[in-house]
Amino acid sequence: MRTLRQPAQIVPALIFPMFLLAVNSSGLQRATDLPHFPTRSYLTFALAIPFMQGALFSVMNTGTDLARDIETGFLNRLSLTPLTGSALLSGLLGGAVVLGIVQAAVYLTVGLIAGASFAAGVPGVLVIVALAMLMAVGFGCIGLFLALRTGSGEAVQGMFPVFFVFLFLSSMSLPRNLIQTDWFREVATYNPVSYLIEAIRSLLIKGWDGQALALGFGLAAAITVVGMLAASRALRTRMVRT
Amino acid sequence: MSSFRATALGITWRTLHNFLGNPALLLPSLVFPLFFFTAFAGGLSTVSHVPGFDFRSGYTAFQFVFVLIQSAAFGGVFTGFGIARDFETGLGRRFMLAARHRSAIVAGYALAAAGRWLFTALVLTVVALVAGMQIDGGGVDLFGLYGLALIMNLAAALWAAGVALRIRSIQGGPLMQIPVFLVLFMAPVYLPLHLLTGWIHVVASVNPATALLAAGRGFISGQPADVALAFLAAAGLALLFSIWARGGMRRAERAG
Amino acid sequence: MTQPEGIEVERLVREFRKGPRAVDGIDLEVAPGEIYGFLGPNGAGKSTTVHMLTTLLPPTSGTARVAGYDVVREGPRVRAHIGAALQEAALDPFLTGAEHMRLQTTMHGLPKAERLERSRELLARVGLTEAADRKVGGYSGGMKRRLDLALALVHRPRILFLDEPTTGLDVQSRTALWDEVARLARDDGVTVFLTTQYLEEADALADRVGIIDHGHLVAEGTPSELKAQIGRPTVEAIPRSPADIERMATVLERFGEPAGAAPKGASVRLRGGESDLAEVVRALDAEGIAVEHLQLHAPSLDDVFLAKTGRSLEGAGAEQPEGSPGTPDDSAAASRSESVAA
Repeated sequence: MRTLRQPAQIVPALIFPMFLLAVNSSGLQRATDLPHFPTRSYLTFALAIPFMQGALFSVMNTGTDLARDIETGFLNRLSLTPLTGSALLSGLLGGAVVLGIVQAAVYLTVGLIAGASFAAGVPGVLVIVALAMLMAVGFGCIGLFLALRTGSGEAVQGMFPVFFVFLFLSSMSLPRNLIQTDWFREVATYNPVSYLIEAIRSLLIKGWDGQALALGFGLAAAITVVGMLAASRALRTRMVRT
Repeated sequence: MSSFRATALGITWRTLHNFLGNPALLLPSLVFPLFFFTAFAGGLSTVSHVPGFDFRSGYTAFQFVFVLIQSAAFGGVFTGFGIARDFETGLGRRFMLAARHRSAIVAGYALAAAGRWLFTALVLTVVALVAGMQIDGGGVDLFGLYGLALIMNLAAALWAAGVALRIRSIQGGPLMQIPVFLVLFMAPVYLPLHLLTGWIHVVASVNPATALLAAGRGFISGQPADVALAFLAAAGLALLFSIWARGGMRRAERAG
Repeated sequence: MTQPEGIEVERLVREFRKGPRAVDGIDLEVAPGEIYGFLGPNGAGKSTTVHMLTTLLPPTSGTARVAGYDVVREGPRVRAHIGAALQEAALDPFLTGAEHMRLQTTMHGLPKAERLERSRELLARVGLTEAADRKVGGYSGGMKRRLDLALALVHRPRILFLDEPTTGLDVQSRTALWDEVARLARDDGVTVFLTTQYLEEADALADRVGIIDHGHLVAEGTPSELKAQIGRPTVEAIPRSPADIERMATVLERFGEPAGAAPKGASVRLRGGESDLAEVVRALDAEGIAVEHLQLHAPSLDDVFLAKTGRSLEGAGAEQPEGSPGTPDDSAAASRSESVAA
């Protein structure tokens, strides 16, 4: 709940992706003239990207929130109360989910107003929101893990460029089959971010694509499981240490 | 005048000394431009097949110009971060005390911004050449390209200095960075102006950065275009922000 | 009419947007070659005054001439003639001591040939020759202050401003710094304007002392003049049983007016001077009050401060970040002033 009371956290998570969407959808509209481009609207194509950026903000927000609790000693005090550390983590993740839903709603509304297409209709929108929630939890867990391991908000913030690189070296700006540079296409193919984006993108452009959805949800679920395991292990280590 | 030069050179030396000796400052200013260059030139090269894309030196050179000018602008902004930090830690006061003429302090930082950008530009250029960038412009053209970027670097440094001297805290960082970011990205980044559509075309048409990019790309392809306009725009910005930075120094003096 | 190497201040005022006047109409004069001690608690307006005199902060009103130049209209000339070591000793942690000297000598426009020699000389003088090539980030507080002093001297200033130069330093570093400041004034004839919240420091170093409180100069003179103004010694007594505090205070007040805080007992300024002491002892004995501790204090600068402001200097600061001063200073100041009075 704390997340919602901090407009300083929500506003960049909404404004920054929307600005890039506005710039890119307009600036790269002509890229849809390329042969084999899957849609005539670059806006529709690019609308999947903000969800990914939103997930990155989820890492940063939950991570720095927890790191602050560690830095101020709040986590230590908590360990003296019956409230368990995992309750704190769930609370933070709950905040991330709420933020994820708010973000998804805003992105979709902006997309709708700007004229993006929604090939899979209203059920598709619901699936997108569900995936956005799962991603918020999964990436939130990564943020928690980083915070627990480093115990420093600055260190968590310092990871931002790394995630940024993952985002950029994906099929974010062009479909994979249209990426001309070989090594870039290779990297994008092995980059899980590509499949998360492509799952959302398939619902917007094509309709129901089982393979894309399975890959997207599967990866998001895998990230969540791995993230949760890592975070709870790191929590146990930290609780023992303190 | 010699005391002006002494102050400026002292600050330039110290800023560059720290920049080159401290990986935490040096690496980001190299890694970010190289990354943007890789992501844009590598990832988007197909965009050059868009019907109507008529830049003759290829997409790598097209993006190189953007990243070069972007690195110049951000080199200036990062110098502003340094000014803000120095005034936050009290080092600024030491400079204010030692300087006979305090505008020399800003001049020193601006000179350091140019120095650090030239270093970034050198690395970026070498990487671009290794990556097979095609250059069709001659020596004079390239001189024009780097000169234009250097003026842009100066303008950005003066802008950021004006903010830093008013706020005197690293909290002012976003305020220095975001406007520069907006101006650079609301320009023909991925495609030339005539291939932009919608609102971005409207905004880019009046954005001074558009003239800079067009002239820079003209230089590298050996077909200079909009040269006078670009130099006028860059020099105009530098002049405007020198007044802004001067005002910032007055504010810093009044606040102690 | 202006002293070329002195300081003249008239009705100097500085207001900040929030809060009261930090400096509220100060007049003072510092003669060439003099060490002037500006004494006051935290937040009294010492640093604000120094910032105005060193052209870092424009005054709200009033005038100040430093080295014969007006601090507002002739800032560059003032800066050419002064050196300053400010309270925070802001140094760049990424530069070594020698590199700081290089920066400072360059900024002051020393000819290239002189820079290295001057740097070496000053680093040696403040005892940092061996640490010269280490990054300042690893320096101790005392080393930083000494480097700061060396930096303030590179251009051979005729007037030196030192803003709380020893706050937070251990006794040894403090004494070393005092020696150096005294030497500068004695051998080189440098005028020194020194702010401090330590009585001992003002007493040990300053030719003349100005006491500042709430932005006002409340007293000025040589340390002995100031103490002579107060004149009379105080006696402080602590009863063996805390229950006797009230009674003890009543007895003591027969001999003089209350003087300052004595939380565990009572303290009065003796009306009849030192000779009253025996009477005090007899009176306490007659009342049957068992005495734990009885002490005679010769007047100190703290008494001057107390007499002028109604508060004790040591406790007067709004908040004291360094807990270091306190008792050792007190006793040192007291014993010193005793010897002065004797």
